[in-house]
Amino acid sequence: MTASTSTRTGVTEPDRRLPALGGFAPGALRIELRRVLRNRRTLAFTLIMPGVFFLIFGLPQGGQSLDNGRPVTAYVMISLAVYAAMVATTSVGGAVATERALGWSRQLRLTPLRPAAYVATKLITAMSLGLLAVVVEFLVGAVAGVRVPAYVWLLSGLAAWIGSLVFAAFGLFIGYLAPAENVMQIIGPVLAVLAMFGGLFVPVEVLPDVLQQVATFTPVYGMGVLARAPLTGDGVSMAAVVNLVVWALVFGVGAARLFRRDTARV
Amino acid sequence: MTSTHPAVELDGLTKSFGAVTAVDGLSLRVQPGEVVAFLGPNGAGKTTTIDMLLGLSRPDTGTVRVLGGTPDDAVARGRVAAVLQTGGLLKDLTVGETVEMTAHFYRHTRPAAEVLERAGITDIAARVVGRCSGGQQQRLRFALALLPDPDLMVLDEPTTGMDVEGRRDFWQALRRDARRGRTVIFATHYLDEADAYADRIVLVRQGRIVADGTTAEIKNLAAGRTVRATLPGADQAALAALPGVDAVEVRGDSVLVRTGDSDAIARHLLTRTAARDVEITSRNLEDAFLALTTAQTGA
Ligand SMILES: Nc1ncnc2c1ncn2[C@@H]1O[C@H](COP(=O)(O)OP(=O)(O)OP(=O)(O)O)[C@@H](O)[C@H]1O
Ligand SMILES: [Mg+2]
Repeated sequence: MTASTSTRTGVTEPDRRLPALGGFAPGALRIELRRVLRNRRTLAFTLIMPGVFFLIFGLPQGGQSLDNGRPVTAYVMISLAVYAAMVATTSVGGAVATERALGWSRQLRLTPLRPAAYVATKLITAMSLGLLAVVVEFLVGAVAGVRVPAYVWLLSGLAAWIGSLVFAAFGLFIGYLAPAENVMQIIGPVLAVLAMFGGLFVPVEVLPDVLQQVATFTPVYGMGVLARAPLTGDGVSMAAVVNLVVWALVFGVGAARLFRRDTARV
Repeated sequence: MTSTHPAVELDGLTKSFGAVTAVDGLSLRVQPGEVVAFLGPNGAGKTTTIDMLLGLSRPDTGTVRVLGGTPDDAVARGRVAAVLQTGGLLKDLTVGETVEMTAHFYRHTRPAAEVLERAGITDIAARVVGRCSGGQQQRLRFALALLPDPDLMVLDEPTTGMDVEGRRDFWQALRRDARRGRTVIFATHYLDEADAYADRIVLVRQGRIVADGTTAEIKNLAAGRTVRATLPGADQAALAALPGVDAVEVRGDSVLVRTGDSDAIARHLLTRTAARDVEITSRNLEDAFLALTTAQTGA
């Protein structure tokens, strides 16, 4: 065999060090965000629909008050902000399913990007869209006349946003479970049912007794209670906290396991 | 390059999928700077071998060294890059964004504009990937592979699904980019591609290497002719010692001589021996390929 041993004349030797942070880069994150914001479907379901829901179901209750005198519209607005955030984070996490179906994850394995850095990018993208969803819902509420103390805006907003981390994990979990291109079409209705049980569309108290019992064990219940607590002034029940923590663990650990299975070499 | 490691060292690779042995004890060494064609029919094990070479799958037995290290390390350092047969692109990104995004995963890359230019897709940089033709997407994959300025470039049937013009454009892009020092390994079904672009051809069949040599050597396997004659009691060794003889085979009363100089052999057989019924047949590269990749070889 005639092997050429010539050097690369005129070409500076490339920098062969490993990338910092396993290839995690703000630049790639920026493109991911741009991608998400370009997706009309995602925007319709996370930014527009919850806002419209508020105008339809919240506004007509203007003038009514909760037991502590705060407006019912705020209760509806916060619930829908939780809903918007959970749909947002689920859809970004679930997009992993699409990327696996398309074979993009395989393409990524030919780059220095470490799988953990990829997941970190997805989580940050999910949480960014989740934050945007909460802010937009609150803006719609504020413009429509919802008035509550500043600490309620802040704490409820934070709780809705941070709680949606559970659903970012849920999205990743589903994404690694099923490599399907249209995964959100399947999860969308599931999210609506979970939101129902979580008291995001109607208060859990109006559900029949049995369903109320069931509801406390469903994944949205905890974050719903937490997000509304600053408004209602009701204490946060132990059940709600346990609910949130347990579901965060279930989805987080589930996603991590599937992720590990996916990235294992066969 | 200061390194003296071979670009690729595959040693006794085996990989099975259930009852199917896709790769069966394959060993191969590729030196830096070689352009090697991996030629074989469907199911020969080319993709399975390339997957192991890139660290995308683990061999059942055997070892893989890429540029003196593990495949994972070579990938992470941008020393090896690949254009795969499968492996998708995000349909909702533009061509330019795909390159930009991928560049962020490396510590250091060539400028995006340069790789787009070299892959010949500068004019479609703003186009959404979902609206690019198969050939354009393939050239985008090629652009992505150029980003880290790899020492080793692996391509798995890069022109599959392209029309004649697309194939020509793709190879032109690859050739334009060819520079000394970069090792290239590509899998293909097409003899003409192997012939036109590789310095070395490795023929694979059923997970094994059935021939390995320079393009000229492989062509030689085929370019010669076969002289057949009826010659009871032929002296195989004496015939094999004649100038220009590549191989001699005796089958009963028949003798088959593979040679680059069929005239001289025919003359010899007719004038110096009792041979009769002399026939001369020629083989082309296609025949050699078929013979080597489909027939059961004794070895
Ligand atoms: N994941 C898999 N599961 C089961 N069998 C597989 C798998 N991958 C490959 N095979 C089998 O292994 C053999 C080699 O396949 P491989 O894809 O490596 O061939 P190839 O030379 O790349 O073929 P082609 O030219 O069609 O791309 C085939 O018989 C194939 O069916
Ligand atoms: Mg193949």
